Amino acid sequence: MQVSSLQFKRKVTANLANVQLQGALGKIESRFVQARAEAISHLDDFPATREHATRIRDTVLEDLAGWLERFEAEAIRRGAVVHWAQDAAEANRIVADIARQHRVKKAVKSKSMVSEECALNEALEAAGIEVVETDLGEYILQLAHEPPSHIVAPVLHKTKDEVSDLFAQKHQLPRKEGIAELCGEANAILRPHFISADMGISGGNFLIAETGSVLIVTNEGNGRLTTTLPRIHVAITGIEKVVPTLEDASTLLRLLPRSATGQDITNYVSLLTGVKAADEADGPEHFHIVLLDNGRSQLLGGEFQPMLRCIRCGACMNHCPVYQSVGGHAYGWVYPGPMGSILTPLYAGLAKTVPLPNASTLCGACAEVCPVQIPLPELLRALRRKQVEAQLRPRIERRALQAWAWLALRPVWYAWFTRAANLALRIVGGRTGRIGWLPGWCKRREFVTPQGATFRTLYRRSARR
Amino acid sequence: MSAREVILARIHTALGPQPSAPMVHACGPQPAPYADAALRFITCATRLASTVTRVTDRTEVPQAVAHYLNVMDLGKVAVCWPELLDLEWIASGLSVTARDVEPEDSVGITGAFCAIAETGTLMLCSGRNTPAALSLLPQTHIALLDAGRIVTTMEDAWALLRAERGELPRAVNFVSGPSRTADIEQTVTLGAHGPARVHIVLVG
Repeated sequence: MQVSSLQFKRKVTANLANVQLQGALGKIESRFVQARAEAISHLDDFPATREHATRIRDTVLEDLAGWLERFEAEAIRRGAVVHWAQDAAEANRIVADIARQHRVKKAVKSKSMVSEECALNEALEAAGIEVVETDLGEYILQLAHEPPSHIVAPVLHKTKDEVSDLFAQKHQLPRKEGIAELCGEANAILRPHFISADMGISGGNFLIAETGSVLIVTNEGNGRLTTTLPRIHVAITGIEKVVPTLEDASTLLRLLPRSATGQDITNYVSLLTGVKAADEADGPEHFHIVLLDNGRSQLLGGEFQPMLRCIRCGACMNHCPVYQSVGGHAYGWVYPGPMGSILTPLYAGLAKTVPLPNASTLCGACAEVCPVQIPLPELLRALRRKQVEAQLRPRIERRALQAWAWLALRPVWYAWFTRAANLALRIVGGRTGRIGWLPGWCKRREFVTPQGATFRTLYRRSARR
Repeated sequence: MSAREVILARIHTALGPQPSAPMVHACGPQPAPYADAALRFITCATRLASTVTRVTDRTEVPQAVAHYLNVMDLGKVAVCWPELLDLEWIASGLSVTARDVEPEDSVGITGAFCAIAETGTLMLCSGRNTPAALSLLPQTHIALLDAGRIVTTMEDAWALLRAERGELPRAVNFVSGPSRTADIEQTVTLGAHGPARVHIVLVG
């Protein structure tokens, strides 16, 4: 997917004024924030579980190559084919080649953020393969030609009425009003595709090194159908998703659904290992696993390594006051919110993503809820520092900070300047003590002018007593 | 150099030489075993919109299933796993066959490898005699569960699987109720692509 993060400010202005979007975003508090708090309270010891989960992820990252090799060896032993892709283009090529090799005409897809990262659908369609998204949210996006706005709830930004309109237009069926009716209509339309598809494409929430398995969590059943009915299954995910053992996966599964949707467990957890046996009725005959790098290995061994712990729960964006106000599309890429504001600059480059690390009040709500304790605000600040080092900040900002630094190193000049500014502002503020005419600043804020002397003056006076 | 070699080389360069970490089957924090695991399972499963009937003996299962299908007006025809063919289906007025499931089948009857009390979850293992699609394609999924096969946590389930089977089957599916989606306005709707109804017959 193309990165359009430089449009952030313009999109924010539009999104804040978008009444329908604001209504949709208003649901985050009850549906995600409160639901998560309730589900987390069901755990006997959330801090200890979180600590254990963090250690699991760090163990993997400290020897990522070793764990990936172990996963690969087991997966191959059980009959899967393991592919490695350095970048998105290579991943798309690999999947298209698999499809061509097996004469695939149609592929059904269950949700995969990595496939969005790669723009896999477009690549397959260019190769003449029909791709049908089966996750309801992703299916709606496919009809609407829109990108996801949240990593767990892709159509968080749409209202029911917008979906009704979309279905009526695209399905050429009478307009449905109720949510249950809309879901039923989508189910009826998608079901034949599961049955007739040659290939199923899924993501992978975790890769289990111990058993060479791909683990996916779903609620709809589309993930199970996609990976059971078609004769070929392709799973694509990032290299950082490997975990050592089944027990480790179980610890992470206590945190992932609770942090994401407030569920104690997702309706389906599917552990897929190898291909179907000769005498088995269902399952794929071919199982291909694509391991994607696309910038992940670059983060190892440096200050951003903790970002690779991410298990894609979405809790950070659900609790972010900025995300709650502007929604996901403003961020301009696949991953929004705090985790997206860190990953997008790291994967797409600082220059293309200048607004993102600054789209934060550093309130720390994200770090409080992250199940694997990623220090998100610290990483955002680190990116801001990198922006300064790369001279990406606006010239006026740099000049202003340089001017202040000059003054701050010269106490006598500093004292004189602040006393003069203090006096000038008091005069301009007049009896009301307020300035209300500054362009931009005063549109939503009050400018209160200083009352009395500067701190340095007061301090000197009290020191004399 | 292949992509594999490039990626592994990048990782080695970034991290430096790493000792191979041992594969440790350590469990994270877990709930303690429940005083009444069956009760805990029933409570959680019911909360997730499954329905549960309890019978004392396996021979009572066909009657329980017939009763459920009758009350829910779901007909008298079903497909089942081969291991369930020995039950007295005909005597209960049901036509139950063990064959590959078709998309038109509306009721699928399976067993379960075990169940997890912590979350009210069924664990199903795929296999020649336990096909995965039978619990997935039909709109109604009926699962027979032996009360003695309810374990506390998913970790216990893995231990049981290792002890009894050794290798993982092609697919392990944990099922925690009817399929659902909340994609539209974050409002949960039951009945998506998987079964719209899950009925558990708990034996013992």
